[in-house]
Amino acid sequence: MERDQLKSILESLLFASEEPVTLARFAEVLEGIERKEIAAALAEMQSEYDAAARGFRLSEVAGGFQLRTARENADWVKKLYRDRPARMSRATLETLAIIAYKQPITRAEMEAIRGVDVDGVVATLLDRRLIRIVARKDVPGRPFLYGTTPEFLQLFNLKDLSQLPTLKEMEEMTLPQPAEEETPPVSSDAVTAEENSDKIDTQD
Amino acid sequence: MNKFQLEIFEGPLDLLLHLIKKNEVSITDIPIAVITEQYLAMLELMEGLDLDVAGEFLVMAATLVHIKSRMLLPADETEPDEDEGGDPRDELVRRLLEYQRFKDAAGELERRDILRRDVFARSPEPTEEVDTVGFESVSLFDLISALRTVLERLPKDSAHQVVLETVSVREKMSLLLDDLHRRGKIVFQELFAGAVSRLEVIVTFLAMLELVKIRAVKIWQEQAAGPIVIAPAAPLEEVQEKIAGAAIEDEDHGA
Repeated sequence: MERDQLKSILESLLFASEEPVTLARFAEVLEGIERKEIAAALAEMQSEYDAAARGFRLSEVAGGFQLRTARENADWVKKLYRDRPARMSRATLETLAIIAYKQPITRAEMEAIRGVDVDGVVATLLDRRLIRIVARKDVPGRPFLYGTTPEFLQLFNLKDLSQLPTLKEMEEMTLPQPAEEETPPVSSDAVTAEENSDKIDTQD
Repeated sequence: MNKFQLEIFEGPLDLLLHLIKKNEVSITDIPIAVITEQYLAMLELMEGLDLDVAGEFLVMAATLVHIKSRMLLPADETEPDEDEGGDPRDELVRRLLEYQRFKDAAGELERRDILRRDVFARSPEPTEEVDTVGFESVSLFDLISALRTVLERLPKDSAHQVVLETVSVREKMSLLLDDLHRRGKIVFQELFAGAVSRLEVIVTFLAMLELVKIRAVKIWQEQAAGPIVIAPAAPLEEVQEKIAGAAIEDEDHGA
């Protein structure tokens, strides 16, 4: 098969799929074509999309490949959607970070780090399928151990957990720290006032 | 006055980190007396504001007071039942450092290309949007600290003896909004320019928090120790409608 034809087929498969497609799955569909060749074609497509400044990119997420819109077009794409997606609070994000780095981890261990109750936040994260129960810890009470899901990787554009940014060493962390300069005053999506009822978890 | 419930997502460790940063001291060498005093003052103020102060805040207060008392003991007078010789602050320092690491990690995650915020894929339903709601570079504790300063500067005398003009938080929200839309953006302290009573300041403060919460205003700090700035974040009519709508519900409720 010609390389161009292979790329065309891969593009169609990617376009039609709602989930990231793994190399293994491509190989299954494209019977007889070597994985090495498929991987090479995908790599070529990646650089072609980048170079041509297309409105989409080929990203490697959650162990597979997926077409995703170009970041610079985010505001336009957002206008296309009527529904505001659920939002995530700072506490939710922090708890998720703790789980991502310390998994598998129990609630008590999360609470020890955050210094506050995490029940509501954990329920939200489970509900959004960003974390899951992976086992029970072999200690009295046999508490659940939590870990992240493929949806977590997809959300944060991560190929796998090894791509998580490395935690800073404790030594570097003496305050006072400079304020985060790069944070703009407000992002365009944070200023819309529509539908606020769905934005906050751990209500009450 | 209607009781406004405000979710506090931040815990005692956040409050401590806030105070440490504000005082420009090092986590590893916390001036415990100063920090304890400020922590307790903030706690008192939060309770005064009727914010839902979780029990963990009180546990931390007790811990701080305990550490403070141990620091006062002569160094050679070692307590046999405590871990010998260590700095009484060690455990707290360890917890703060660890927590700070994960706060940083959360910040890193937030800066990634997030699905449905920065990048989009073909997917059957919307997923999440990571968005830390309103408080962009300012934490709730920054605001409460700023409020403390305002309250401290209030004239101490009560010569004006409360002219009974009770403004509800909701009414204040409307007034603030009009003002903000007229002036574009204002500095935090200016919110309280005309306020003469403690109650008035607190009502204004709560009104502002509510406006942040419903995304009617945005609030940020241009530099680390710079002024806190507030500006409208949504069309005026849209928000006024929302506030008015909620008010009607209340009336029904009260009748």
